[in-house]
Amino acid sequence: MTSQTLTAAPPVRAPSVQSSLQRSRQRMAWLLVAPALLVLLAIAGWPLLRTIWFSLTDAQLGDLTQMQFVGLDNYIGENGVLRDAEWWSAVANTLQFSVISVTLETVLGLSVALLLNTPSRARTLLRAAVLVPWAIPTIVSAKMWSWMLNDQYGVINVMLQGLGLIDTPLAFIADPDLSFFTIILVDVWKTTPFMALLMLAALQMVPTDCYEAARVDGVPRWRVFTHITLPLILPAVLVAMVFRALDALRVFDLIYVMTSNSRLTKSMSVYVREQLVDFQQVGFGSASATVLFLIIVLFTVAYMAFTRRRMQGV
Amino acid sequence: MCQIRLDNVQKRFGDTPILADIQLTVEAGEFCVFIGPSGCGKSTLLRLIAGLEDVSAGNIHIDGVRVNDLPPARRDVAMVFQSYALYPHMTVYDNMAFGLRHLKLGEVEIERRVRVAAESLHLTPLLTRKPGALSGGQRQRVAIGRAIVRQPKVFLFDEPLSNLDASLRVKTRVEIARLHRELGRASMIYVTHDQTEAMTLADKIVLLKPLAGQEGVPSIAQVGHPLELYHHPRSRFVASFIGSPGMNFFDAEVLAASGDGVQCRAGGQVLDAAVNGRTCAPGSTLTLGVRPEHVLCGEGPHQGRVTHLEHLGEHSYAYLDCALSKAPLVVKVMQSALAIGDTLRFALPAGQLHAFVADGEALPRLAALPPAAMRAVSAAA
Repeated sequence: MTSQTLTAAPPVRAPSVQSSLQRSRQRMAWLLVAPALLVLLAIAGWPLLRTIWFSLTDAQLGDLTQMQFVGLDNYIGENGVLRDAEWWSAVANTLQFSVISVTLETVLGLSVALLLNTPSRARTLLRAAVLVPWAIPTIVSAKMWSWMLNDQYGVINVMLQGLGLIDTPLAFIADPDLSFFTIILVDVWKTTPFMALLMLAALQMVPTDCYEAARVDGVPRWRVFTHITLPLILPAVLVAMVFRALDALRVFDLIYVMTSNSRLTKSMSVYVREQLVDFQQVGFGSASATVLFLIIVLFTVAYMAFTRRRMQGV
Repeated sequence: MCQIRLDNVQKRFGDTPILADIQLTVEAGEFCVFIGPSGCGKSTLLRLIAGLEDVSAGNIHIDGVRVNDLPPARRDVAMVFQSYALYPHMTVYDNMAFGLRHLKLGEVEIERRVRVAAESLHLTPLLTRKPGALSGGQRQRVAIGRAIVRQPKVFLFDEPLSNLDASLRVKTRVEIARLHRELGRASMIYVTHDQTEAMTLADKIVLLKPLAGQEGVPSIAQVGHPLELYHHPRSRFVASFIGSPGMNFFDAEVLAASGDGVQCRAGGQVLDAAVNGRTCAPGSTLTLGVRPEHVLCGEGPHQGRVTHLEHLGEHSYAYLDCALSKAPLVVKVMQSALAIGDTLRFALPAGQLHAFVADGEALPRLAALPPAAMRAVSAAA
């Protein structure tokens, strides 16, 4: 989002000969963009630069006045973040989480969107109802699901036992085999509505006469879906997936609330917080935060390059 | 060969009647044009035949088969949409081939059909382009090509030229007429609000009028050969809709009436009209109508002052202030030397006058169709 705003906003450079009208237009453009740029610099640029600076020092949270420049030690030194097995396990966890949850959310979101796209009276109501999980703060829904999934008194275990599906209660959160998938489940529950609405918007952009033309030509429904609907909504689906993936790469609150102590579900953000706050290692924590930032940048740049090529391809 | 028959077809949206009492037969190979002012339901009627909308009552038969409950695909029709409805992500070739791929025709046959259609529509150099890279006229031809390759029994056109500019519209009109001749056995139904298109293309015009919420009135105002609608409009609505500029109307009082003609008085002047007046009584009021091109200018018993002139090059239209009618009388004049304020003498030939009774129904004209029109009408039949 941020990077797109930045690249889109500055005025187009005019050819060498400028009329005064063009110059005043440019001045106006910069004037209008300036407040947003200043705010961005203050709330995004400055903290980012500070984090990068901290990552090159041995700063401790207890006393930020005492620190020494240590170069790239926090990254590639003997105890650097890139040599820490726990960091790489957090990276693996996060990537796994992102890929599985975004995939599930895309598939489920598309299904829900297709259901919502069939005209009916209930549609408006459903569209609002479907948003509820998305509107609940993550902490609240994480707590809610923790209780529902609790092995002692959770309602889910009671229900599953009542249906005779399991004999003994499952420790969804404590059991190392289950906790990762429990977290994905809750994330999918929470974020599917968001995906569904983005895709619903895309579906509603597909011109209805294309469908009518296909109907008159007798094209089977499945072919209409795979050959008309999907290709036409694909760009929007990709954007939605990228937004979700960028979000998923930073996943923190859900994991922090549900399984904060488990090494098996630790994400990059949880790792960073642990280093920074629990272990007071501001320098090292900043270094890992910077690496996390770079991973996300890499992802964004790759996406932008991809879309740019697509745009030119058309 | 395929005949389309509509039997007492009705369409309502909720409580609003859109189409009422449609009784219509389109013969095999016929070019039938639905025309009417906006809101008359002409596009809806086309969509009923296509199967994109369901009839509220009545029956539609295509080729002798009742198709009310058949999906569009099984009616063997192809439709060209006003917006073209091309698939934006497919090339021209794929746009045309897509509707054939599920028919198990084999790629060789599909390619043959697409090539033939593309050749006849001059689309061959564009086959690999996407719709976004085409002009409006080219897109229109792709939409027509997509219909042709399906080799349907019936072509349905929904205002296909309304998004083109004027010169392209004329070209494409000629093109569509040529296609109809080449695809002789296919029927075509064509919706338009442009009466030039209707007059030039149609074997049969179906003029629809808006129901405006009225009950018990049929939607079809008149069906017939274009020249029949032009020379023998059955009602004032038809008379005013067909022809451009529109017919002049003015009120007249009946002095004498018989099966051989009507004599009436308008604006203090006596006029004879060659219409069958058996049903009207002396003293009653009629509306007389005359087309601008049928007023004889230069000499005659009437005169008017020119208040406005429209020069169209070959001829001009003069708006006359005269005793006959309150509204200015529009007449076609061949001389361009006329100026505003001039006085123009003119005559209203009895054979060119139309007469309408109070509810708008026309009194039958005594004159037969002009010989040329007769030939065209009987050729169409």
